Formats: sequence, structure tokens, C-alpha cells
Amino acid sequence: MSDMDSTPILRARGLRKEYGRDAGLVRAVDDVDLDVAPGETLAVMGPSGCGKSTLLHLLGGLDRPSAGEIWLAGRRVDRLAERALARMRCDAVGFVFQAFHLMDELTAVENVELPALLAGRSPREARRLAAGLLDRVGLGDRATFLPAALSGGQRQRVAIARALANEPAVVLADEPTGNLDSAATLDVLRLFEDLHTAGQTLVIVTHDSRIAATADRLISMRDGTFIDETRLTGGTRGNLADLAGLGG
Amino acid sequence: MQQEVVLAMLAKEPSHGYQLRARLQEALGPAGDAMNAGQIYVTLSRLEKAGLVTSEQTAGLPDRPDRKVHALTAAGQQRVTSWIADVSWPGPGLAEFHLKLIAAATTRLADPLAIIDAQRRELLRRLRDVQRAAMAEPEGSDAALLLEGIVLRLQADLRWLETCERNWTGRKDRP
Repeated sequence: MSDMDSTPILRARGLRKEYGRDAGLVRAVDDVDLDVAPGETLAVMGPSGCGKSTLLHLLGGLDRPSAGEIWLAGRRVDRLAERALARMRCDAVGFVFQAFHLMDELTAVENVELPALLAGRSPREARRLAAGLLDRVGLGDRATFLPAALSGGQRQRVAIARALANEPAVVLADEPTGNLDSAATLDVLRLFEDLHTAGQTLVIVTHDSRIAATADRLISMRDGTFIDETRLTGGTRGNLADLAGLGG
Repeated sequence: MQQEVVLAMLAKEPSHGYQLRARLQEALGPAGDAMNAGQIYVTLSRLEKAGLVTSEQTAGLPDRPDRKVHALTAAGQQRVTSWIADVSWPGPGLAEFHLKLIAAATTRLADPLAIIDAQRRELLRRLRDVQRAAMAEPEGSDAALLLEGIVLRLQADLRWLETCERNWTGRKDRP
């Protein structure tokens, strides 16, 4: 459960990303403030082009902001030098992308252990960890498969296992169900629910209402700014009987 | 005919019955074909009895037998405002929600995008509840199947909201 008063694990102030200049200036992210509590699942929704993916890239250090500040786990990260930033991405952030971004020539378990190896773990330890994570996402028996031999849903589960390899402070997911059918979407949903229960902090950028509905809190984004924010927990509970058409 | 719909069409300005009907037909298109003029007049007289609408005889036009101009009372105005703000479930039918957005824009009582956001919040809260309930049931069970049906309906509604959002975002008649 998230706690409003706890120190945010991820914090942004006055965050801005601009492209172009003069009349062609576009503010993809326009003066955004954000606090994510430890263990919270946050969803950011909005029409395509609203800046939500750019926001995620800024938060994860994949892209540099034009202005503003970002703190991750108490550390200011927007001004880190390139090497330190790469280190931060590897150690403190787990990424999940729409197109999975697995290495095609590596097996499932090799994909998952890669971040652990890059973080300096021994091969034996990294392998043990990766095997455990594959078990956790229900793919223990697919460890030696190449991505090409896996379904889309299985590939995304491998990608999620990889994102967890270094016990990141936050997992950032960009349209994680965008390429999946409804059965595979359900698998990812269940997995995210498990992560949430385990206390993993998650930020999901999506226009899939199903995955957004797993969040504790939802932010709507339009034209680079937050236009609406709502808590999905503890609200008016939908009456299942009414929803099923049994209401009298 | 739902009373609130007629009230909302009246909220823009005092109008004749035939003007209300024309507004509804324009907003609803072929979906409103089955609606007949009699329903509007019946609804208007009920609303008048309920104190939500007043009517006044006017000279009218030579080719129009209808000489009554209807207007909202303060209570009628209040009813329209709360109808526009209401996002309860079982949600409004498609036509009702659609008319709500149009009424909000023409009366300038609310921003249609704010109504869309409010409705989305409600639907997502319900989706969250139903989804959690569905995941707690054994896969492939009868209970899970029914809950999946509710999830799919909520998703369809949410997709329509997205379409409404796109449409209303660029419109000039938005307040």
C-alpha cells in the first residue's frame, strides 16, 4: 500500500523537454511535477503524442530534460555525467518496453542475467538470480529458449524478469501490453499485481485501460501536462451485481 | 423520453417544442429517428407540472401552431446542472452521455472534457474492482467468465470515451 506521507522514491520538479526552436518549438513535457511513493503503482494515460513516453524516458534517464530536476531514491539524477547515468539506469531502474527489446541471440535466461552481470555480479550468482526470476514469471521451463521461440506474452514476461534483475528502485513500463493479445495481457496484469503486492514501485505509461486499472493512482496527460489525477483505490466500490446487470 | 434530456436541450435558451426536437434530431442523427414530436410535448407538460419548466404564450409564427415558449425554472436549471455532473453507474446510456456533453458545451455549464475525465475515473475504478475480482476467481470458472464480460464492456465504454475526448478536444463550440 502506498503512503501519501512517505518520502517519494521518485520525484520530479518543473520537468520539461523541448524539441525544435522558435516557432517550431514543441514542449513534449511541459513543467511537470511528480511524486511516486515507494510501493506505489502509478499509471499515466493520455492520447498518443501527449508526452507520456517522453516523460518516462526522462524519469528513467534514457533522455535528458531541457529543464527541471529528478530525484531517484533520494539522489538527484538529472545532472549525472553520462557514465554515472548509465550506471543508474542499470542499477536502479527496470525498463519494460512495448516491443520487449530482448537480445535475439541470447536465451531467455541469458537476457535476464545480463543486467546483473553488467552490475558486477558473478556469473554464477547472476545465473541463479535469473533462473529464480524466470520461475517467478512462470517461465522456468523456457530458460534456454531463444526469444524467437517464445510467444509475445512470454517475451514480455522475460523482459519483466530482466527489469527486476537488479532489484530496481522503480520499474518503468512503456505500453507493456501494446503488442499483446488479451490472454497475454492478462498474464502481464497478473504479474504486475504480484509485483505490486511484493512492494515494487511501478510507473506504467499506457493507453490500455486494463493495465491502467491495476494502478493505485492515475494521471491523465494532455499536451505535455498533467490535466487530471485520481486515486483508483478506496473510491466508490462498483457494485458487482449492478455491473453484471443484476441490480434491481 | 428522459426528462433531463429535454431539460438540457432547453438550458441553452427558452425554446419552442419544435426547436427542442430539431436540436435533439441534430444531436442524435438516425438514432433519434424513432423519437416523435408527441413525446417531447408530453415530457414538457410533465416538467411544467413538476415546476422545472415554465411556459409562456407568444405570438408565434404564422406557419407554426405551437405558440408556447418553454424556459427552465431555477429548479430546472439545478436539475440540469446535477444531471451533467452525475457519473453514477449503471452509467448513462450512450445517447444520454452524448447529449450530456453537448448540453454541457451549449449551456457552458461544464467542459465536456472534464465530464469525460470524470466518467473515465469512475469507469476505471470499477474496472479495477472487477478485474481484481476476476483475477481472484479460478481461471476458466463460470464466475470468471461473467466478470470477464463486465471487464470487456467497461473497456468498450472507455474506448468510446477516448473517441469522445479526441473529438471534443479540437472543437470550437467547447467552452
